[in-house]
Amino acid sequence: MKKVLIISGKGGTGKTTVAAALADLAHQRKRLVLADADVDAANLELLLSPEQVEVHSFMGSQVAKINEETCTLCGRCAQICRFEAIQVNGGYRVDEALCEGCHACFHECPAGAIVMLTRQSGEWYRSETRFGPLFHAFLYPGEENSGKLVTELKQAAEKQARVSEADILLVDGPPGIGCPVTAACRGMDLAILVSEPSLSGLHDLGRAHEITSHFHVPACLVLNKADLNPATRADILDLAAQIGIPLLGEIPYDESLVWALSQAQPATSVLDNPATDALKSMWAQLESMLTAI
Amino acid sequence: MLVCSHEPGYMVITVASGKGGTGKTTIAANLAIMIARDNPNPSETVWLVDCDVEEPNAGLFIQPQFDTPKPVTRLFPQINTDACNGCGRCAEICAFHAMVVISGKAMLFKDLCHACGSCALNCSEGAISEASEQIGVLGKGQKDNLRFAQGELTVGYPSPVPVIRDLKKWVIREEENPLFILDAAPGTTCPVVEALRGADFALLVTEPTPFGLHDLRLITQLVQEEFHIPCGVVINKSGERDDMIESFCQEKSIPVFMRLPLSRQIAEICARGQLLIDHSEKFALKFRECYQKIRSITPTNSGNTE
Repeated sequence: MKKVLIISGKGGTGKTTVAAALADLAHQRKRLVLADADVDAANLELLLSPEQVEVHSFMGSQVAKINEETCTLCGRCAQICRFEAIQVNGGYRVDEALCEGCHACFHECPAGAIVMLTRQSGEWYRSETRFGPLFHAFLYPGEENSGKLVTELKQAAEKQARVSEADILLVDGPPGIGCPVTAACRGMDLAILVSEPSLSGLHDLGRAHEITSHFHVPACLVLNKADLNPATRADILDLAAQIGIPLLGEIPYDESLVWALSQAQPATSVLDNPATDALKSMWAQLESMLTAI
Repeated sequence: MLVCSHEPGYMVITVASGKGGTGKTTIAANLAIMIARDNPNPSETVWLVDCDVEEPNAGLFIQPQFDTPKPVTRLFPQINTDACNGCGRCAEICAFHAMVVISGKAMLFKDLCHACGSCALNCSEGAISEASEQIGVLGKGQKDNLRFAQGELTVGYPSPVPVIRDLKKWVIREEENPLFILDAAPGTTCPVVEALRGADFALLVTEPTPFGLHDLRLITQLVQEEFHIPCGVVINKSGERDDMIESFCQEKSIPVFMRLPLSRQIAEICARGQLLIDHSEKFALKFRECYQKIRSITPTNSGNTE
């Protein structure tokens, strides 16, 4: 089984478009398991119309709570909290939005006046799609610990992939370089970096690649909207050559891809044009790349 | 609950989106420069603050002159393996599973560590000390009338929140009625919460696709139900399917302040890192109107007193 992650650094470069097209093309000959690791803006499910099979609670964050009756007002908690989560206002109170659940105050309180409360901060699901099982999640708006949820989701997907002897685990990653991305990256066999020929795309490709090399995950490049800006396209291809990531393919700027999204369909199943040709040849190249890893 | 009040005298507008790539940075940069250029009163400073510290890109549009950068540091555990007796207390108390005991010695996985200090406080052998490490860098600069600031998270550190927190503390203060425009990260979790904390108004950028709508729902929930601040919507890549966004906005009583059409021309301008307002008076007018609409529903310099 090969574990493939799609990330981009910058949001909106076309990760989910690429993921859905690859799922559509790959499932015709391979056994697939899919995971959407963008847990605070999970979009792959919108394209794959999944049928939910299992729902699991995600007990993500813990927050400290101070028992006012046993608190001796010594102030130790406020002194050691690194997240400015203890408010001093006559007594001591925890600002739940700032509390990271680190337990430092819980362990440190000499009066034992602090308890840690666990709360549900999201859900994750196993669903069936026409391309294979999909693992996806919903982190409640405003919550923390997206990295922990990604880790939980990935473990479940990997387990399923082993049990069903899948050929490919395809993970649609989150934007950025923070904890959900590092959690998604860990232990993958290949990362597809989706970029676009803009200054932001160029800048973020470099940072996305730093993350994949940090986790020793080999990477390759997909350039979306490739013909939008010839000068920056050349810069991106130069950068890719310089950092040693092969080009998997280039997709031309095509507004019909946005149309396919608005129809909630993988582009390759509703369109036949130069953009979908590019996606098809990308899959062919990815297939041979995966046998070589 | 999430709202922190600040003193009257300045105003904070946070540009957010839920979905990535809807055009937050394009909107924030064009809006900020437009306002700074129009500003009749030079004592009212206009700031653009890039709070997407994982991928700070607003500076690419602005090209400011930066002053001396300011490092963001946090205290990370350092294990003295000679003093470590392998008791495993640190691994037991670490809420983030960043500490493990391997072959009788504690070992830190730094990319999981939140720098909370708990392990050092709890080591019975005093084998864990702490040392300051840089997790990011802040920059402040100027381009014509516009003041600009950004934060950048060092690759390999998991949490952008401390960098955003330090950035806001460094920059957001009352200096002669400033206006702050904050460009938030995509998503709806902690980095976005940090960028919305203390804001007076949220400008939500979306696109008329099922993704845009789905993520707009989530960010609206955060803004309306947790922060209770007014918001308005910008429909980017606008076209025939705008109705899906419009009916949601109607349902939630959110005004639509601006539309930018789906067009190759706009995509090309933005890809070159150029400003739409420099390209045509038509765009400049749109941004000017958008700002007037924001001001019309946000009390002038009153601050958020909730």
